[in-house]
Amino acid sequence: MYRIVRKEVLSPVITLMEVEAPRLARAAQPGQFLIVRADEEGERIPLTICDYNREKGTVTIVTQAIGASSKEICALQEGECFTDVVGPLGQPSEFVNLPDEELRKMSFVFIAGGLGTAPVYPQAKYFHEKGAKVDVILGAKSADLVILEKEMEAVCDNLYICTDDGSKGFKGLVTAKLEELMAQGKGYTQAVAIGPMIMMKFVTLTAGKFNLPLVVSLNTLMVDGTGMCGACRVTVGGKVRFACVEGPEFNAYEVDFDEAMRRQAMYRGKEMEEDHKCKIGRGR
Amino acid sequence: MAGRIPRVPVREQDPQIRARNFKEVCLGYTDEEAMLEARRCLNCKRPACMTACPVSVKIPFFIQAVAKGDFADAARIISIDSSLPAICGRVCPQECQCEGSCVMGVKGEPVAIGKLERFVADWSRENNVAFNATAPSNGKRVAVIGSGPSGLACASDLAKMGYDVTIFEALHKAGGVLTYGIPEFRLPKDTVVAAEIESVKRLGVKIETNVVVGRTLTIDDMFDREGFHAVFVGSGAGLPKFMDIPGENLNGVVSANEFLTRNNLMKAYKEGARTPIYVGNKVCVVGGGNVAMDAARTALRLGAQVTVVYRRTEKELPARAEEVHHAKEEGIEFMMLTNPVEIVGDEKGWVTALKCEKMELGEPDASGRRSPVAVADSHFNVEADVVIMALGTSPNPLIAQTTPGLERSRKGGLVATEEGATTREGVFAGGDAVTGAATVILAMGAGRKAAAAIDEYLKNKK
Ligand SMILES: Cc1cc2nc3c(=O)[nH]c(=O)nc-3n(C[C@H](O)[C@H](O)[C@H](O)COP(=O)(O)OP(=O)(O)OC[C@H]3O[C@@H](n4cnc5c(N)ncnc54)[C@H](O)[C@@H]3O)c2cc1C
Ligand code: SF4
Ligand code: FES
Repeated sequence: MYRIVRKEVLSPVITLMEVEAPRLARAAQPGQFLIVRADEEGERIPLTICDYNREKGTVTIVTQAIGASSKEICALQEGECFTDVVGPLGQPSEFVNLPDEELRKMSFVFIAGGLGTAPVYPQAKYFHEKGAKVDVILGAKSADLVILEKEMEAVCDNLYICTDDGSKGFKGLVTAKLEELMAQGKGYTQAVAIGPMIMMKFVTLTAGKFNLPLVVSLNTLMVDGTGMCGACRVTVGGKVRFACVEGPEFNAYEVDFDEAMRRQAMYRGKEMEEDHKCKIGRGR
Repeated sequence: MAGRIPRVPVREQDPQIRARNFKEVCLGYTDEEAMLEARRCLNCKRPACMTACPVSVKIPFFIQAVAKGDFADAARIISIDSSLPAICGRVCPQECQCEGSCVMGVKGEPVAIGKLERFVADWSRENNVAFNATAPSNGKRVAVIGSGPSGLACASDLAKMGYDVTIFEALHKAGGVLTYGIPEFRLPKDTVVAAEIESVKRLGVKIETNVVVGRTLTIDDMFDREGFHAVFVGSGAGLPKFMDIPGENLNGVVSANEFLTRNNLMKAYKEGARTPIYVGNKVCVVGGGNVAMDAARTALRLGAQVTVVYRRTEKELPARAEEVHHAKEEGIEFMMLTNPVEIVGDEKGWVTALKCEKMELGEPDASGRRSPVAVADSHFNVEADVVIMALGTSPNPLIAQTTPGLERSRKGGLVATEEGATTREGVFAGGDAVTGAATVILAMGAGRKAAAAIDEYLKNKK
């Protein structure tokens, strides 16, 4: 069960795995996530569904080794199994409900930060296949952390790579690239940003200057992922929402990012004070 | 004669010691103690205890068997009406059911029916006594959603009737609240819960974990794609409620479900488990039900100083009397007639205190219940670095939202008849998913009724 049929090391710390989970693969839609446990003692770790193959009955996930749990996931080998994989969880991207002729009129810009490239991929692919215009801004610290470049190139019209140190593509932040593209009059009708909370916060400020509609995908802490615990609560539009069932995607302009960042660090901060190992939430 | 024997006390772990471990509090009766206690029963002609039992366990009959030392027969008698006696003996609110009506309680103490039930169930498990007569397979397939008491009871009855049953569970482990909610010190997971689940599996029931119905599979998929002939929904009432007061999203505020799930399902209390839990030094638990007691006593065992804040008085505490008693023995503080109005935090967004107001009980309303009303200008702060919200739960709407024709009531439960038939043909439901948060025994009873209704339905369907 949940066998890893393919493992690919994308960068020294980022690993891609294709995992057998037939029912999940059949039901998955862009925007949704799943939860894995590496072994019997393992944490339930939410990961975005990066791709799915309904015929083969597999889903693809991408994990960055940051804390104990994500390192454990990355250490699993091809042929080995996850103890648990459950999903798809959360709401699909709201745009999958649009009729094809509406989608063809849309012009998307996806802003992917670091591991956020993985969840952007299935959406870019889906909307590109449906005939929408799709541009992708892909940001990473440095060239060696740029992942899925070739795959992404194949599913978008323009791919703009940005690195903090200039080791690849544009030197600078994704927000600067977005400003530049907007200034060129790209005429995007919809932006989607997925990446670290802090990046999504600043993309929201930038997109706001251009009144560009923006959706973000929130990588909150989670336990069950089914609405049972409330660990994933976020304030959106002044209301408390459970990201695992009502999200993970929300209208960026309504999200309380400062609260979300603070809550995301709840266990991290306390553990570090107590000199424990860092345990991450959603592995992006 | 019976009247002269005082109720036989049950051995328990010492409060000081158990406040530091997760082992079961109650140690149960020995054979001799059980037989002695059983002899107190008057074997009433019209047993009030039985009438008060939600599933009408033949109480005086099984107690007579215990008195005679025929524990296997006692187990057989209980098994006619209850499929989870080791669990119900531990977690039923006996003081408002069987024991609350026992005639012995009028002048003295009621017969310890719960402890006797537990004794019999533990004895029969330890001695491998099972009542698993199963009918030959009839080739019909039933899907059961949820592996809590309602799902387990429904599945085992159907399996005994010859149905091919598969339980689909969203979490990675079966048992529902018995596994993720009720702590080890009240309901041992390996010896009791896992053993119950094993015995359901031994009847041929398959359990598939990691299937969220409505996401991984829909009920329509179950009929159209997976070849099931009927479905039972026993998905419980898992959605935690919050108070909607300022500061509820501060760091350090968690639902009791989250706190208990981290500890029970994810075993955060154990060395080697990787799920974190944050306990702090001073914990405030808001609420007065079993969930609140479980959260409070778990936090205590993890090393915190714990206060339970409840807006009515001790008399109204909905928790089992035994749990409140145990909590007090262990050193949990109770602040009654106290209602939180705000959670106060520091500049980094962590909880520092719970701001409360004093309450008093108002005039009785039409139902005779006295509602608490706030005392003017009575605000005060209770210091806390963790606040656990145990305000109750409601049914998860996911299954209803993804199943055409399945209606919900205004309170959020599935609409179902007494027998468990929902508004969708071939779909039955019971337990907390229908009633909202209730009890294990009611959920078990509902699961069994639905099993009978499913049998009726499938026999008559051509
Ligand atoms: C902390 C706590 C303490 C309690 N203490 C007591 C007590 O002392 N005495 C007592 O009598 N009662 C107690 N209760 C209440 C009692 O546990 C419940 O009433 C009872 O478990 C309800 O049983 P159920 O089968 O309806 O649902 P549950 O036990 O809630 O089981 C439902 C199961 O369905 C699963 N599920 C939900 N949605 C889906 C889906 N879409 N797909 C697949 N699976 C799904 C859930 O994961 C869960 O495992 C307590 C409850 C809690 C939370
Ligand atoms: S009411 Fe009490 S004394 Fe009478 S039969 Fe029941 S347990 Fe025995
Ligand atoms: S992760 Fe538990 S409710 Fe969202």
